[in-house]
Amino acid sequence: MRPLTEEETRALFEKLSKYIGENIQLLIERPDGAYCFRLHKDRVYYLSERILKLATNVPRQNLISLGTCFGKFTKTQKFRLHITALDYLAPYAKYKVWVKPSAEQSFLYGNHVLKSGLGRITESTSQYQGVVVYSMADVPLGFGVAAKSTQECRRMDPMAIVVFHQADIGEYIRHEETLT
Amino acid sequence: MGRKLDPARKVKRGPGRKARKQRGAEEELAGFLPPDPDDNVRKLSSHARRRAAKRRIKSVKLQTNKNSRVLQKVQAAKNLLSEGANKKAKLQVGHQAGFSDENASWLTPGKKRARSKEDESAALSDSDGNEGPWESDGEEGSMDGMVDDYGASSSSDEEELLPIEKASRKDKLEGEAFNEDDSEDEEESPPHQQEEDTDKDADLQLNVETDERFVLPSGQEIEKEVAQAPDLQLIHQRIKDNIEVLQDFSTKREEGHSRQEYLSLLRRDLAAYYSYSDFLIGKMMDLFPLSELVDFLESNEVPRPVTLRTNTLKTRRRDLAQALINRGVNLDPLGKWSKTGLVVYDSSVPIGATPEYLAGQYMLQGASSLLPVMALAPQENERILDMCCAPGGKTSYIAQLMKNTGVILANDSNADRLHSVVGNLHRLGVTNTVVSHCDGRQFPKVLGGFDRVLLDAPCSGTGVISKDPTVKTNKDEKDILRCAHLQKELILSAIDSVNAASETGGYIVYCTCSVMVEENEWVVDYALKKRNVRLVPTGLDFGKEGFTRFKERRFHPSLKSTRRFYPHTHNMDGFFVAKLKKFSNAIPKAVKDEESNGEPAVQAEEASSAPAAAEPLPQGRKQVALKAAKKPTAKQGLSAATPTKAKGSPKGDKQKKQASVSRQGSFQKRTRPSKAARPSPGGLKARPTHSKKRKLHRGHQ
Repeated sequence: MRPLTEEETRALFEKLSKYIGENIQLLIERPDGAYCFRLHKDRVYYLSERILKLATNVPRQNLISLGTCFGKFTKTQKFRLHITALDYLAPYAKYKVWVKPSAEQSFLYGNHVLKSGLGRITESTSQYQGVVVYSMADVPLGFGVAAKSTQECRRMDPMAIVVFHQADIGEYIRHEETLT
Repeated sequence: MGRKLDPARKVKRGPGRKARKQRGAEEELAGFLPPDPDDNVRKLSSHARRRAAKRRIKSVKLQTNKNSRVLQKVQAAKNLLSEGANKKAKLQVGHQAGFSDENASWLTPGKKRARSKEDESAALSDSDGNEGPWESDGEEGSMDGMVDDYGASSSSDEEELLPIEKASRKDKLEGEAFNEDDSEDEEESPPHQQEEDTDKDADLQLNVETDERFVLPSGQEIEKEVAQAPDLQLIHQRIKDNIEVLQDFSTKREEGHSRQEYLSLLRRDLAAYYSYSDFLIGKMMDLFPLSELVDFLESNEVPRPVTLRTNTLKTRRRDLAQALINRGVNLDPLGKWSKTGLVVYDSSVPIGATPEYLAGQYMLQGASSLLPVMALAPQENERILDMCCAPGGKTSYIAQLMKNTGVILANDSNADRLHSVVGNLHRLGVTNTVVSHCDGRQFPKVLGGFDRVLLDAPCSGTGVISKDPTVKTNKDEKDILRCAHLQKELILSAIDSVNAASETGGYIVYCTCSVMVEENEWVVDYALKKRNVRLVPTGLDFGKEGFTRFKERRFHPSLKSTRRFYPHTHNMDGFFVAKLKKFSNAIPKAVKDEESNGEPAVQAEEASSAPAAAEPLPQGRKQVALKAAKKPTAKQGLSAATPTKAKGSPKGDKQKKQASVSRQGSFQKRTRPSKAARPSPGGLKARPTHSKKRKLHRGHQ
């Protein structure tokens, strides 16, 4: 377990800013104590200093997880967000997409969101913008990338993809072993 | 394996109450059932008699033999007979008497009396054997004058006839043929109750007779039985009889046989019927009184209800219940004692894969696993250790009670099972947890100074046989003792990792999903002797008190404050919860005199009166290390046993999901199971009332 290096921090923040923009500030400067990012076995964890203190006592090979896992660095040093980061992305998300109840299931199985399943979308979403996907009952379901801007979405045919799938909460069941 | 799977034991099938209402079914059935004239003559209501007659006409038609054809002719003729002709018939029959419907309708004053008479006469005709059942139709109209006579007649007649009645009754009982008409009539005709009472008396007497007749099978009989495949029906009956005798042994015993003989037979029968190993049945018989034993074994055959815990970090129970009801899940609050639990009766969707589940709004969790956390009562901003945490249900409940403040160290010795812990904690939005993979026995060395420790020790799993029936056969004395030894090591290291000087805490909760005394009271008693701890009330207002004495063992009297939970009394998994308070960080020196059963060894040498708990405790560890060095083989066995925590496989959640998928099809019925399906601690008292449940549902809609 160690703090992130310069490049790692940049990769992480670039990725995060695609979804929550300048709200990253709120993740680091919190009123309820100091929080930090730590790297452990190529995974990035977000945790409070208090937990960090306790975790330093645990031998490194015996440490499995601490705080919340945000994602991992691939072998090529790219950062990949995991679904476990959703708890922190959803409240701060700038661009949101709501899917209809009929399309919920399909998205939770790892499929892209089609125009027919699109319930609502934040105005002024641009193409390839990171978005958080919600159900109509405002339950966060995952996140993805907008395939089309809001304007273009209006005149798409129903079977066209509007949001590319990146992660969904169905992965808690499908990929439990590789989650962290 | 299980009794349920046995193809030989078939439940009797036949038309139920509802089937009766379908026309045609009874006619068909009449074709299958042999006409049984003897049975039906007795206590038939007029309607039933008429129907029976019709039915029989049809069944007789089906028969091809000549006899029946002749009878048919006679009967057809009789049906056509006028009232005048009836009188002739009556002459033939002689002293027979009976009532038609018309008469019965206006002859109310002497009705019951007259009917009973009629039945007796019918019984008489039975004994004659000449009469067909429909013959009684022939006597109608002739009784006008006789009602008063019979009504006023002395009972001597009746008493005379009763033995005959009895005899016919006995015949009926012996004849195996199940009479559908009979049961129909009992439902139909309330005016018959009086006579039914007399029948019941006769029944009771018969029962007593059979009980008295219960004799121990001789050695030869048993040998013969062993050679054959076991007849489960017979064994079941024998178990019942045997228990009845044992409960009133002095009066019902058979001379010349000791209680031991009865008990050994019972033990053998139970082991065969419920397919337990002989060892485990013996243990269970020691543990439960005979009256409870069968209940316990029986409840191990049925699964416990599916329960879930609301994750209050993300939602409220009311909202969750509403969301799930909208998905077609039929649920109720768990009980008064839990503010977050819900019981699922049935569901049209897999309950372990709803979007609500994936969003972390609830956790599938047995009702019993909420209890130790409630006993632990974690406070905000504490340091808490969960020694054996997989699959993370209790850990997340602790985090939920602490509102994600403080720190939890979730530890488990099995790396595979930690995957599910990590998944569950992230899904439920728990952020204050460190997950580690250490051997619990090394604990104060890794980290100490916790405010509270929850030790959900690996155990033999004898409380969760309904979940894992393999326990029935694959556990023996050695396994139990091996578990107990491991548990003793774990409880000592759990106690050592607690800081007694903590302002808010200093508590240890020890729980197992076993019902064995060796793994529960014995372990806690051992800890009381070895460390400066005392038992405190668990804060759970239901459950049975722990044993303070068991067979030859005598435990500390404070073990009364521990709690035991059983499947048959509380409808949750068998469970044991003990809460300990550590009052000094000093470790008492090894006590030589084991028989000092009083206060938990306070003759501790107060060498280091107040060492910081976080510091390693050299003396105790050295002892443990010495012990370990002495018994290397035992250690190896233990480390092998460590991962076999029988509480459920690492993919327990997934299994549940699959189970709920398979349940999907049966939702059409939408019948709400009986109240008994709900875990209800404290019996009737603690059950939420029906009206309350309604209120909850209405509140959501």
